[in-house]
Amino acid sequence: MAGILIIATGNSSARKFAMAASILTFLVSLPLYFGFDTSTAAMQFTENVAWLPSFDVNYAIGVDGISMPLIILTTMINVIVVISAWEVIKDRPAVYLGAFSIMTGLMIGVFSSLDAILFYVFFEATLIPMFLIIGIWGGPKRVYATVKFFLYTFLGSVMMLIAIIYMYVEGGSFSVLDLHALALNEQQQFWIFLAFLAAFAVKIPMWPVHTWLPDAHVEAPTAGSAVLAAIMLKMGGYGFLRFSLPIAPDASAGMDTFMIVISLIAVVYIGFVALAQRDMKKLIAYSSISHMGFVTLGIFVAFQLIAKDDMSGVALGIEGAIIQMISHGFISAAMFLCVGVMYDRVHSREIADYGGVINTMPIFAAFMVFFAMANAGLPGTSGFVGEFMVILASFKANFWIAFLAASTLILGAAYTLWMVKRVIMGPVGNDKVAALTDINTREFWMLGLLAIFVLLIGVWPNVIGNVMHASVDNLVQQISTTKY
Amino acid sequence: MDNLQIATPEIFLLAATCAVLVVGLFVNAKSNTVYWLSQLSLLVALLMSFTQSGGGDAVTGMSGAYTLDSFSSTLKTWLLVVSIGVLLYSRDYVGDRKIQRSEYFVLCLFATSGMMIMVSATHMLTMYLGLELLALSQYALVALHRDNSRAAEAAMKYFVLGALASGMLLYGMSMIYGATGSLDLNVIGQILAGTASDSPSAERTVGARFGLTFVIVGLAFKLGAVPFHMWVPDVYEGAPTSVTMFISTAPKIAAFAMLIRLLVGGLETLNADWQQMLAIMSALSVVVGNLIAIAQTNIKRMLAYSTISHVGFLLMGVVGVTNEGYSASMFYAITYAFTTLAAFGVLLAASREGHDVEVLDDLAGLGKRNAFLASIMMLSMISLAGVPPAVGFYAKLSVLQAAVGAGFAWLAILGVIMSVVGAFYYLRVIKMMFFDEPTDSVEIKVAGDVTAGLAVNGLAVIGFGLAPGLIMSASIAAFS
Repeated sequence: MAGILIIATGNSSARKFAMAASILTFLVSLPLYFGFDTSTAAMQFTENVAWLPSFDVNYAIGVDGISMPLIILTTMINVIVVISAWEVIKDRPAVYLGAFSIMTGLMIGVFSSLDAILFYVFFEATLIPMFLIIGIWGGPKRVYATVKFFLYTFLGSVMMLIAIIYMYVEGGSFSVLDLHALALNEQQQFWIFLAFLAAFAVKIPMWPVHTWLPDAHVEAPTAGSAVLAAIMLKMGGYGFLRFSLPIAPDASAGMDTFMIVISLIAVVYIGFVALAQRDMKKLIAYSSISHMGFVTLGIFVAFQLIAKDDMSGVALGIEGAIIQMISHGFISAAMFLCVGVMYDRVHSREIADYGGVINTMPIFAAFMVFFAMANAGLPGTSGFVGEFMVILASFKANFWIAFLAASTLILGAAYTLWMVKRVIMGPVGNDKVAALTDINTREFWMLGLLAIFVLLIGVWPNVIGNVMHASVDNLVQQISTTKY
Repeated sequence: MDNLQIATPEIFLLAATCAVLVVGLFVNAKSNTVYWLSQLSLLVALLMSFTQSGGGDAVTGMSGAYTLDSFSSTLKTWLLVVSIGVLLYSRDYVGDRKIQRSEYFVLCLFATSGMMIMVSATHMLTMYLGLELLALSQYALVALHRDNSRAAEAAMKYFVLGALASGMLLYGMSMIYGATGSLDLNVIGQILAGTASDSPSAERTVGARFGLTFVIVGLAFKLGAVPFHMWVPDVYEGAPTSVTMFISTAPKIAAFAMLIRLLVGGLETLNADWQQMLAIMSALSVVVGNLIAIAQTNIKRMLAYSTISHVGFLLMGVVGVTNEGYSASMFYAITYAFTTLAAFGVLLAASREGHDVEVLDDLAGLGKRNAFLASIMMLSMISLAGVPPAVGFYAKLSVLQAAVGAGFAWLAILGVIMSVVGAFYYLRVIKMMFFDEPTDSVEIKVAGDVTAGLAVNGLAVIGFGLAPGLIMSASIAAFS
């Protein structure tokens, strides 16, 4: 299965063309799921073409149980994004949709590349379309936000580049699978882990390097925020699973306490920060950081369990982290789109400007409440599954980790539901809200599709759980054996 | 006097230049005859040097003074391509600004001949000859806008400092001659390596080492590496933009070739000495160039400091002291030249008579005024910042790889941190063009062939980014 690059060019027909292209991409990516062999951890659908022989870089791609769900998520979100931009973007729609299509192709590339340089190229190249999307179609402070976004993430990833080059000099190959097998001593692993941490921690983002995210989210256009939250953040979590852990397992084990602590700070402290927000987009952005804290927590709590020799718990934590990534992809995209729907009508993101939306937009309010519940981790929605698995794994490791992590269920409920109360419930707040019209068919489909997926994963998590078991077991095997 | 045919492109170009010079006296100053004749000469020279490149083994002629190998033919080909681009982009600019047109083109041709000689020279005298032919033409080019006091000042600075650097270089060469008794770089290499019949005593190596220091000072000046970079911003700012474009592109390739010929061809046995010097200059150039560029509001000065930082990266590959490192630097020099060419090409195209694009604010809203020019500029900036998939990324990747491989990991880390700093001011240009509102509503007219040239140039920046193998394999072949 090739990384699909669609470049939507053209003019007035760009919308229809982009729609067709995104649906086609989604359909083409489906055989990845249905044709997936769940019994093996080996890479599937691989392709390997010598790309730059003089650099020893290959166009090597393939998927396993960890990357495949993320690819489906990417293509799926792209369809939603095209729907969301249908009427809203009036300034240069062709360029806008083209940028999103290119970015989708690049993100699929990130999740499928099996060559470290190819990965780096895709990883970095996604910055350019996002930079332009925020910069051209963003809000009033867009320039500050987009430059901060670009430089922050660029600084992180160049460190990764040095680590990749260093490993090439040591081992003579850029292939990810060769890097997994590369023998490195403690000191080397430590520095390589730090370099990758610089790249991925910024991307996820982890506390305390998260400050670019609220700015970028608030200023980005709705679809930009959705893609940023739904997919780009996952590139960081995926990077940990694909690079940091297998390449530097001993360093990861050595750093686990540190990582767990900063994950918990993200979960709890950022949860409180979210509580204090007045801007809806900022609130959701902080809630994203808090939820991504669960991902890193699930990944690194695994090392505590390895020390206790509880292998099923290890797999539980990591699978929980992956499910949390997928689920957060759907939920955060949905939340941003909900805010976008209101913003298109009222042109304000301030919570105080709303109140009693349920009276004028009942269908929309139902969706909004549903997604808010999912965001807070209501059982039956996908938000619950990942969080529950991670908390369960933490509980096996240490009661206090689990205690702090579980506090997010309360905090998350508090900030999301409080926002819902102020925005959706109550009497009609002002004239603008009174003049609102309910969502149209386009918006209904956009939110409805997301709701179906959120429910599907919530009631039947094995739909993604099954495909990842073999890969996760293999990963657990890799990280529990020392490299020296 | 044997083997003259190895120098056919140079001989042809020089003869053609003289012919163009004479023709220039008789044609109407407003006609484009001189321009087309110049382009034709460059094109024929390009074809000649391109057909030479298939040769394979190195051929030395003129008693060891001149060498044709795949290194020289590859670089010459690129030199000529870049020069053709320079003439194309600057045609309308010089036409509009009452610069003596025929002199402008003839001086460019002379400078190009000088660079070609530098690339092939394996004898210190030929090398110096080529260098001075280039340098004198450049001094005159900077001063060509004679009513402009800034240009005159820049030319004066350039000339005084350039002469000083040439003096340093000559002094170093004379010390090396004293130590080894030869000016032929191949012979010097053999003598210093101890393979010649009269192997060197310790004192003689010390003499050569002393000379090496002065040679490096001279080279660093020509490249514009810190701490010998003071002339670069002033000259870039003062010179007419078309001349700045010329100075900042092709001569960097030639200076790189001279560096390789001298240090690797002649003085490789002293690499423990020059490796340290180059590492320090590389680190300083990367830091100073990138940090000071942030503070610039004049885009030509900004690009000047950006050049300094790129020279730092260029030296990073040479610091590796391996064939991979040298070819990485060669790749860097070539890609840097045509990427910068695109950036200046856009600046020239966006300028009009009486209103040059000089400060960053002049670029504001270029994306709305002319989306094509703005996209080419954006590609060029992305490439200079080293963001994939543009070609500049692979250039950085290969020199960083060379530096890490040689145990200079600190230099590589410094380099990438500074490239993030660099990304800031390149992004600022993109921001100006796409996110800001235009301050100037005059329509930008670009000639058809210039548009085509810029399109090809922009395609090269992104195309070689997707498939850098072509230039890279040529660069590797040059050092094997």
